[in-house]
Amino acid sequence: MQAFNTFTGILAPLDRANVDTDAIIPKQYLKSIKRSGFGPNAFDDWRYLEPGEPGMDHSQRTPNPDFILNQAPYDQATILLARSNFGCGSSREHAVWALTDFGFKVVIAPSFADIFFNNSFKTGLLPIVLPEVIVGQLFKEVAANKGYQLTVDLQNQVLKKPNGELIAFDVDSFRKHCLIHGLDDIGLTLQHADDIRAYEAKRRQTAPWLFLDQA
Amino acid sequence: MAGKTLFDKIFDAHVVRQQDDGTALLYIDRHLVHEVTSPQAFEGLRLANRKPWRVGAMLAVPDHNVPTTNRLRGIDDLVSREQVETLDRNCAEFGVQEFAMNDKRQGIVHVIGPEEGFTLPGTTIVCGDSHTSTHGAFGALAFGIGTSEVEHVMATQTLLQKRAKTMQIRVDGQLGAGVTAKDVVLAIIGTIGTAGGTGFAVEFAGEAIESLSVEGRMSVCNMAIEGGARAGMVAVDEKTIDYFRGRPFAPQGALFEQAAADWRKLKSDPDAVFDKVVVLDAAAIEPQVSWGTSPEMVVPVTAQVPDPANEPDPVKADGMRKALAYMGLTANTPMEQIAIDKVFIGSCTNARIEDLRAAALVVGTGKVAANVKLAMVVPGSGLVREQAEREGLDKIFLAAGFEWREPGCSMCLAMNADRLEPGERCASTSNRNFEGRQGQGGRTHLVSPAMAAAAAIAGHFVDVRHI
Repeated sequence: MQAFNTFTGILAPLDRANVDTDAIIPKQYLKSIKRSGFGPNAFDDWRYLEPGEPGMDHSQRTPNPDFILNQAPYDQATILLARSNFGCGSSREHAVWALTDFGFKVVIAPSFADIFFNNSFKTGLLPIVLPEVIVGQLFKEVAANKGYQLTVDLQNQVLKKPNGELIAFDVDSFRKHCLIHGLDDIGLTLQHADDIRAYEAKRRQTAPWLFLDQA
Repeated sequence: MAGKTLFDKIFDAHVVRQQDDGTALLYIDRHLVHEVTSPQAFEGLRLANRKPWRVGAMLAVPDHNVPTTNRLRGIDDLVSREQVETLDRNCAEFGVQEFAMNDKRQGIVHVIGPEEGFTLPGTTIVCGDSHTSTHGAFGALAFGIGTSEVEHVMATQTLLQKRAKTMQIRVDGQLGAGVTAKDVVLAIIGTIGTAGGTGFAVEFAGEAIESLSVEGRMSVCNMAIEGGARAGMVAVDEKTIDYFRGRPFAPQGALFEQAAADWRKLKSDPDAVFDKVVVLDAAAIEPQVSWGTSPEMVVPVTAQVPDPANEPDPVKADGMRKALAYMGLTANTPMEQIAIDKVFIGSCTNARIEDLRAAALVVGTGKVAANVKLAMVVPGSGLVREQAEREGLDKIFLAAGFEWREPGCSMCLAMNADRLEPGERCASTSNRNFEGRQGQGGRTHLVSPAMAAAAAIAGHFVDVRHI
């Protein structure tokens, strides 16, 4: 995973609550056995006027002019702003892959669905929870200032507005550590392989029926 | 000290080690695998030159992409076929047990787990699929994960987890005739909202939940995720224990009795304190129909399509207007006047034998209405299909004009050929009515199997209690 550095980027307003992972990446694209290439199909149903299928040349499809990410400068956005319960529904990590492949590094919303929230950290996408009123204020400011940008400083856990105003945000300390250093969870966990083996040995005594595969 | 909740009991029994910041390394007993969310995880193992930690804790099945007709000729869609064949290859390479597409035990991953006794009470169960919450019906801690976590579990048999908050949702009293588990969970989601359970592990309790069969409890826990909760669970009782007797992967004989003694402890202590408690009155729950594009957009069949003009919250009202436009509905239309084009009876929510029996009972000698272009029944597994055929249910459906299909996820998410065309309206026993879920532009109304069968015969939604 790539290390997460401080950056300044364009904020795209997606003014909807309950944006589900089926909307972020429709099911037909989940047939891919790869981890990349989902960006052109992020928000596919909202983004194009014709239906899409895997294998099409998506650059030849007609963009829906009303969809925010088809409008400059939001097609260059790296921060997504949305309403509550972002990422609800299916556990598909492809939704996170689609957002990062599009270019997003951060999603800001008043709340996120649990599985999407978890998945984001695994792929270097930072989900930031802010109070409803602050999110509402950001929607107003971005509407009033085309090309509105924010600076995201994960180390200090602040967002910096164009006028210099700071917005603090919370993030789990362990997840922050992993993001900033681009750490691979599996490698970290395997440092505790002896603990896992010890747990299994103990559990096999108390609940032998769970280890029929090793009988 | 207060007693422990069921969630805390299972969580505590699986902590391998605790980090200083409160994150636990949690041992995972059972890992279910399907073709859509696993290829990148297997690839990750290969790239890092890792092997699965405990291959016997895994069971794989293709379900999302498989066709429900003419299966012996294989999969026509080349991209789907490659994904299913990739699962076959990965399972062969790493030694994972798989029920391949033409194995009669193949089916929807959340149907076959319990059916085989692979799911067991008191276990931690994960799968790269949000409806893994289904298995919580057996007093297990079961939740969906993304592909990175699938790889983590494959490689380490553990997950890094923060302890969830606990919520008890109690449904007191008795359900009325014609009101099913599906109606209960839709009513719960209508009450708490799609984000109501976010951050919580939910335990469903109360007389109405206790009275449900284990299959009914599975339907309830299945949709916990639609209420935002990754995990839904129900305490173990004798119905739970009896369910597992003789199942292939379950312990047998003396070991079963030893396990059962342990399983009987899998309930919240009487003095356990939940972070939140929600109470519903079972008698007040009517058969439900969703009207919008989120499972919380649900009303009793006796009600009308809600009017955004009556919604004080502007963000919510805007969401309702978008949903009405997508669904092609007008506010204040009685639900019973909404005509349908297709009927789908299936999915990990409602494709078990009891669901099919309930639907067949309503169908009786009726015929699918002329305005319904397609009514299909997709059993949850090959074994459910066999059982239904032994009972003659297939004949009832076929005589009425339903199609009787091979098992899989099918039109719940339309990754295979089964889908809605733009604008088509469907009475569906599945779990999500999101935009495009059952096919781009398709309009989904979530209902119980009995309500779906009734709608198929009438051609529009009807109150199944009056049939």
